[in-house]
Amino acid sequence: MSGSETAGAAAATGATGTAEFLVEARGIVKRFGTFTANDHVDLAIRPGEIHALLGENGAGKSTLVKMLYGSLQPTAGRIFWKGEPVVVTDPGRARDFGIGMVFQHFSLFEALTVTENIALALSNVADTGALATRIATVSKDYGLPLESRATVADLSVGERQRIEIVRCLLQEPKLLIMDEPTAVLTPQEADQLFLTLERLASEGCAVLYISHRLEEVKRLCHAATILRHGKVVAEVDPKQETAASLARLMVGADIHAIRPKHARIAGPTRLLVDRLDLPANGPFAVALDQVSLELRAGEILAIAGVAGNGQSELFDALSGERPVSRSGAVAIEGTACGHLGVAARRELGAAFVPEERLGHGAVPAFRLSENVVLTRDTIFTDAMRRLLGFLDFARADATAARVSTAYDVRKGKPDPEARSLSGGNLQKFVVGRELDRKPQVLVVNQPTWGVDAGAAALIRQALVDLAADGAGVLVISQDLDEIFEIADRVAVISRGHLSPGYDAHVMTLEKVGLLMGGAHGGSEAIEGALKLREADGRAY
Amino acid sequence: MDQAALLAVLLTIVTASTPLLLAALGELVTERAGVLNLGVEGMMVMGAVAGFAVALTTGSPYLGIVASALAGALLAVPFGVLTLNLVANQVATGLALTLLGLGLSGLIGERFVGQPGVRLTKLHIPGLSDIPFVGPIVFGQDVLVYLSLVLAVAVSWLIFRSRAGLILRAVGDNHASAHALGYSVIRVRWAAVLFGGALAGLGGGYLSLAYTPQWIENMTAGRGWIALALVVFSSWLPGRLVIGAYLFGAVTILGFFVQGLGVGVPAQLLSSLPYIVTIAALVVISTRRGRARADTPACLGQPFVPDR
Repeated sequence: MSGSETAGAAAATGATGTAEFLVEARGIVKRFGTFTANDHVDLAIRPGEIHALLGENGAGKSTLVKMLYGSLQPTAGRIFWKGEPVVVTDPGRARDFGIGMVFQHFSLFEALTVTENIALALSNVADTGALATRIATVSKDYGLPLESRATVADLSVGERQRIEIVRCLLQEPKLLIMDEPTAVLTPQEADQLFLTLERLASEGCAVLYISHRLEEVKRLCHAATILRHGKVVAEVDPKQETAASLARLMVGADIHAIRPKHARIAGPTRLLVDRLDLPANGPFAVALDQVSLELRAGEILAIAGVAGNGQSELFDALSGERPVSRSGAVAIEGTACGHLGVAARRELGAAFVPEERLGHGAVPAFRLSENVVLTRDTIFTDAMRRLLGFLDFARADATAARVSTAYDVRKGKPDPEARSLSGGNLQKFVVGRELDRKPQVLVVNQPTWGVDAGAAALIRQALVDLAADGAGVLVISQDLDEIFEIADRVAVISRGHLSPGYDAHVMTLEKVGLLMGGAHGGSEAIEGALKLREADGRAY
Repeated sequence: MDQAALLAVLLTIVTASTPLLLAALGELVTERAGVLNLGVEGMMVMGAVAGFAVALTTGSPYLGIVASALAGALLAVPFGVLTLNLVANQVATGLALTLLGLGLSGLIGERFVGQPGVRLTKLHIPGLSDIPFVGPIVFGQDVLVYLSLVLAVAVSWLIFRSRAGLILRAVGDNHASAHALGYSVIRVRWAAVLFGGALAGLGGGYLSLAYTPQWIENMTAGRGWIALALVVFSSWLPGRLVIGAYLFGAVTILGFFVQGLGVGVPAQLLSSLPYIVTIAALVVISTRRGRARADTPACLGQPFVPDR
């Protein structure tokens, strides 16, 4: 492992700027009350450099970046822009310097169209027609397809991220801050993005790149600053490191590889979906068309696909958020339940973890124990109080505490409101809450989105263990690394069609990519799918 | 019904609808910015008393109009300070504002009760206004009627076609994102609250200057609440608001007319008819799927506290 391991060395350079760097943060301290989110952090980025900022959830990356972008002010320390000391009073000032940012939790307006959202971030928009043309040009140029008249509320997570990226590119930034940009892209799209970023860098634009994907950082970035508990623990050249050594620096300990299950058990059918049709419920939504799948005990079936190809619709139909009229379309443990709602399906032994953890998987303003009550039977067990429907909060508290311990949910107080948890911690809690019920069928959408490496490994291990115990696990994910790490079988969803499930060990990234390509239409994808079918006679 | 009676009914419908339209347009802009101001009734009644008093003492109904708008905006100031700067609860503050407006206007208006007011004259364009039947309706209204319709078009243009309106909608939809992009949420909301107050005041002023040119305590008689309801039922769309306001005005006046004819329908049913018809009509036009969600300001009524 190379690189200086100490934060002190960098701090010793003193609080003066150097023209060599485009932007420098020196001795940045940010305190929220008694909590120190950033503790004497130094960061320096050269023009044309792709600089990675690494760290676990809660390491202080977002706080640091918000100060560079002007949405927070440092408690102490200076920021230098091209060697000159500056005060970034607000995001408008940051944009004047030429700093653009793609947010992790998107800063989009759901009720507005794509064009309107982009217009709001640009100071000089004369007419929206011309802007739509510019959007079309940039999105084509950088391979980020966008429908400029669509309303954001109707778009998927992946599509929303494209809006943010295009919005930044239109500002012709000198420094582009990207918070986890590839989390929701296909490998092909991610490759396209890397080309874009490399091109921007060669044009002299600096990129501050926040990611949990270490392979990607190794491949793309010229330098990396690693934060742990608000302090810089190392500045390294990622190309000289291994993913494992980077992860060790981030976490401060080794990350365990997933323990695989020993052998796949061909158990009874847990979840059967039979020619499920679901009409689109909005002008930009996807309709499900004759989706069939069979999930057996002891296996993990992963559904890959680009965001917005029907994943959320499929999840809604499986969980019962959108029941279908034909009850036989969905069967849990042999019981036809297409017409039943979420609670009834839970009673059949199924559990569901939706994609949006805040507002969907958990009620933001509720405490964790109250969120337990929402998906669990926590009514008193004795007949009298059961009849009156009194809730047993002591039991809910105990469950919340048990889940928090088992899944390492880090929180400020014993029973905080769900919204006060960081994204990764809340995800661990929501997944843990469902796993704690020991379901026979688990349907989970994007289990590790925006979750750091350590937490993601924990969640994946839990999914593998659940399947090993005889449950059927259906994972809808856009993260192919994740899919190949845990899945027994892989199916691909594209424009509301679901491909057959293929054995994971005969699937390759390229084949999945071809099947996903159906999203962009054309005979190519179908050909790809056909080739795949020829190559693999064992498709179910 | 002969033509003269029909003309009289139609003219009354216009004067009954205009105050609703004015007040509701102001509230629509306020709510588009994400602020729920339940003090419309209070701001209207302040506009009514101020307009009446100024018109009476100066003799000019036009100065009365200006005074009513200023009075409405002035009453919106404490609401803005409390809810925007001090982050007080919008619902409670709005209700208090209505009570304050009703009490204050009664106090100010005490010596004006029973005095004959100054009527806002209707326009007379030689030739055009004399066209039989059509003339008085289209070319013979008072200036506030035209202003209310021009404002409806202007507000619609502002909200959907101008950059200022885009920012207004952005602030109402997601104030955290608007703040992150560098827009001043508080400033935009202040402008919207003051605009809403001024238009509510104008609506009140119309009552005491044109509809019934006199001052009676509590003379708004719940019109502020109807304006509030119209904003919601019109899905925050100015075009539908015009339809809703005129429909409400029309059914109210027709109810009176039918009662006057002595038709054997219970009076209670007739007086509830405007509400039923307006709700039914606006529900029917709002059922087009998908749009309703997009037009509801997602941050409506939520206080905004910027990051530290």
